[in-house]
Amino acid sequence: MSNEMIELLIKSFWETGYMVVASTVLASLIGIPLGIILTVTRNGHILPNTVINSVLGVIVNATRSTPFIILMVAIIPLTRMLVGSSIGTTAAIVPLTISAAPFIARVIESSLLEIDHGVIEAAQSMGASPMQIIYKVLLPEALHSIVLGITLAVIALIGYSAMAGVLGGGGLGDLAIRYGYQRFQPDVMIVTVVILILMVQLIQFIGDTLSKKLNKTKL
Amino acid sequence: MIELVNVEKTYHTSSGDIHALKRTSLTINQGEIFGIIGLSGAGKSTLIRCINMLEVPTAGQVFVDGEELTAMTETQLRKARQNIGMIFQHFNLLASRTVFDNIAFPLEIQGLGKDEIKKRVEPLLELVQLQDRADHYPSQLSGGQKQRVGIARALASNPKVLLCDEATSALDPQTTKSILNLLRDINQRLNLTIVMITHQMEVVKEICDRVAVIENGSIIEEGNMVDVFTNPQNQTTKEFVKSVDKNTLPESLKSTPVSREYFEGANLAVRLSFFSGNADKPIVSGMIKRFGVDANIISGNTDQLKDRIYGNLLIVIEGPQKALEDSLDYLNSQNLQVEVIGYVK
Repeated sequence: MSNEMIELLIKSFWETGYMVVASTVLASLIGIPLGIILTVTRNGHILPNTVINSVLGVIVNATRSTPFIILMVAIIPLTRMLVGSSIGTTAAIVPLTISAAPFIARVIESSLLEIDHGVIEAAQSMGASPMQIIYKVLLPEALHSIVLGITLAVIALIGYSAMAGVLGGGGLGDLAIRYGYQRFQPDVMIVTVVILILMVQLIQFIGDTLSKKLNKTKL
Repeated sequence: MIELVNVEKTYHTSSGDIHALKRTSLTINQGEIFGIIGLSGAGKSTLIRCINMLEVPTAGQVFVDGEELTAMTETQLRKARQNIGMIFQHFNLLASRTVFDNIAFPLEIQGLGKDEIKKRVEPLLELVQLQDRADHYPSQLSGGQKQRVGIARALASNPKVLLCDEATSALDPQTTKSILNLLRDINQRLNLTIVMITHQMEVVKEICDRVAVIENGSIIEEGNMVDVFTNPQNQTTKEFVKSVDKNTLPESLKSTPVSREYFEGANLAVRLSFFSGNADKPIVSGMIKRFGVDANIISGNTDQLKDRIYGNLLIVIEGPQKALEDSLDYLNSQNLQVEVIGYVK
């Protein structure tokens, strides 16, 4: 493999890293509060509100059921408005964030719903406010499960980021398609795929380890 | 201390209304241990949750320590709840917090500083004898230890009332006893009013001053524990009492026909119940001497009702009809409870 190719690989690696990290952070900033709202506004939870719950539920489901490649093209005007351009690595972060946020919201929701209602009731019996219940009961109790959920989202984002080539976003997936597939360079294909596999393995390992450390239910 | 006035709770479901609690009034005095006993689904869980408004009553008023909880705003109610501790069947501890931090939790909610929290938590750890477990997580504790943490947590905000929701139902008999002893101890030491719901008559018998029996959303019997226990009025109450009564009829008597009426050559089977201290006279031997009858002891036992010893004696009296009737009159005139089982062969 030529030096030029190796440079290209390193550049693509950082592009993928940038897209995944930035969109994970941004999607979490949207998805975590969204997941909390989806949970607490449920019937029988601490702040029941059927209207908010159903409206948010429909939006989340609609976003999640739109195929990523279509979402990416469909929100080009929004992307242009937010980052000033509809192509490039930074531009790819917008659709990645928008598709990952509802995913994270559902992951957070299912983690929070795992918490036994009795624990919430105990906090209420001590005079805790809904905000205190969210910050002192729901989030800390679900943290180990939330970490696993976010890990899942990061790995899904690595997959989605491969499609960012459509917007000229670059990254490892794009490299594999353009050089490995379209220019018949199987060595490039193999190297990128191996790098992706190693990335996913490492992220899953970090997520599992962290979650295990945080989980105090099995000691 | 606690007063429920015409409290009702109705759940509206798709398959119709469920009257979990029908118009109920109840007064619980300062410093007493009040038991509410009922089968599952009787409404006891709803009743105890109405006291701290975890269940908002459909109608009626709830007063705790002179304040009307049913008239409060959310914020006032949260403040009032700090005066009402609660413990649960499944403990409901925070799994992600240590024993110390679990007990500190209600104090954190009240916004107390770290030093103050430490000052309050440490004596509580000592009270429930878990000083050496302060840094453990709930998953490392036994059921009894978890409930001790629950009790310490409930006491952290110095409440005036402690609500116990089936607090011993998930524990083995020995642990149940130690938890009940702890509750009795804090009741006396802190002059804390305790309300406990349970389906176990053993629990009521062990520590309650007064008891209410609840069935189908209504209180069907209420009174001093000893009265309810020794002289139950209602069928359900009798079943509960029977559930802890070790003095059932022996098999030999069960299989023989028992008659309400005297017949030729019959003997009289009676059960005598008495409290220690009341029965200091030699009643049975007095009866034998006075009426020339024979008394055959079939079974006997003693039982503890809170701090009083309660005795039970099943005897069969042998003699002519007149002597049997005189003996019965004599027993009835004594300071004990006489239950006529009937005439047997």
